[in-house]
Amino acid sequence: MLDTGNTAWLLTATGLVLFMTLPGLALFYGGLVRADNLLSVLMQCFAIACLVSVLWLVGAYSLSFSGTGPWLGDLDKVLLRGVGREAVTATGIPETVFFMFQMTFAIITPALIIGAIAERMRFGAVLLFSALWLLLVYVPVAHWIWGGGWLQTRGVLDFAGGLVVHLTAGSSALLLAILLGPRAGFPDEVRPPHAPWMTMAGACMLWVGWFGFNAGSALKAGGDAGMAMTVTHISAATAALVWLVIEWVKFDKPSMIGIVTGAVAGLASITPASGYVGPGGALVIGLTGGAVCYFMVGLVKRRFRIDDSLDVFAVHGVGGALGVLLTAIFMDATLGGVGLAEGRSMGDQLGIQCTGLVVTLLWSVVVTFVIVKLVQIITGLRVGAETEEQGLDLRTHGERGYNM
Amino acid sequence: MKYVIAVIQPHRLDAVREALAGIGVQGLTVSEVRGFGRQKGQTEIYRGAEYTTHYVPKVKIEIAVEASICDAAIDAIAQAARSGRIGDGKIFVLPLEGAMRVRTGEMGADAL
Repeated sequence: MLDTGNTAWLLTATGLVLFMTLPGLALFYGGLVRADNLLSVLMQCFAIACLVSVLWLVGAYSLSFSGTGPWLGDLDKVLLRGVGREAVTATGIPETVFFMFQMTFAIITPALIIGAIAERMRFGAVLLFSALWLLLVYVPVAHWIWGGGWLQTRGVLDFAGGLVVHLTAGSSALLLAILLGPRAGFPDEVRPPHAPWMTMAGACMLWVGWFGFNAGSALKAGGDAGMAMTVTHISAATAALVWLVIEWVKFDKPSMIGIVTGAVAGLASITPASGYVGPGGALVIGLTGGAVCYFMVGLVKRRFRIDDSLDVFAVHGVGGALGVLLTAIFMDATLGGVGLAEGRSMGDQLGIQCTGLVVTLLWSVVVTFVIVKLVQIITGLRVGAETEEQGLDLRTHGERGYNM
Repeated sequence: MKYVIAVIQPHRLDAVREALAGIGVQGLTVSEVRGFGRQKGQTEIYRGAEYTTHYVPKVKIEIAVEASICDAAIDAIAQAARSGRIGDGKIFVLPLEGAMRVRTGEMGADAL
């Protein structure tokens, strides 16, 4: 039975989530790289969006969301076969809308990864990696957790993608950055962000788009969506303030890039929990998300000396994983959440969440490793030293970000 | 005639222009430049990571003046540009052999 209210909201949410990648994430990342690499980042986000869209139609959607197999979906809905205008999902939205909504998640997830490899990976390698990664990492994990697969059956809760989106992307990004190697001059001689204002503009689009991401994941218009939007916003604002305070105390200068990074960390952290927790839980998730992600950025870059260039793992991977664990705690009814499942204790749920986290992490890094080795053989991973020095824009795409 | 080149903090440019106008300097040329002196660049912090900028943005002013007001011009620039902090810049003075106003063909001090 078609529900027009739910349909209207999901149509809107789908637009919001696509807007997160195009241009939100692209600008967020674009401002953080040097001026001669701006277009390469925008281009990678845009091209991945197009590539994933086609793959989603051709088979990725069907393998994620069709059929009831524990490991993988089936091929019944390849090219949306049999899914006409009349096909409606359980919450009364047309399946075409569900298809599009989920597609926007599949788009942003591989696009998140390019932050780790910015300024040095071949364009062809980025596309080939993204295509293989979508099919071999994103699709199975999405099926396991959202498409009726084995982790969903076990009771793993991931409302809008702490595992499916942020941990898969974050952990794969970290491994890819290690295998690709750091930028020339890392860590002491790399160039600072060329346009912090652009990063701020992109972060704001991400924030607004995230309302679609989390509140849309209720798959209907109503109280669940309203609360998801509320906790999303509270977590983002809280984590932003945490980041601000840390920088203010530590460096005596509260930075704009810092506050917007904090907001994104808060958004990633609340994502898996957004359908299950209340505003009090959101405050705590924002607090811990902001603080933990801040310290992870320093740990990855300075202690481990890994050039995850735009901090994909520290902000998205860690935030998402943290939120998945905190979901088990703050979903408790006494803490303002929706309540734990019948007959399941907080400890039980935490154990289940850990299973989901470990499985997602292992699958992501193992499969990413294989994909990277494959791509290395087929296209090679890195641009030449001269291209890296001159910037990818002119050498790879034949354009400049700024003709001044 | 003397040719005076001053490399100063960008935000002091307007003050220097006014000071030079005050002693009768008729025109000047400004360029945005980057460089370093004993200051040796500056540090910026993004997401907790320090980035050293080796070349700091500066403004370079070039003026041509009659020798008689050269010292006054140097004083005017120095006073307007000085904050007392590191990075205030430098002033260089060169002898100037000739000058010409392109429109009229006037030569020497008449062209200034």
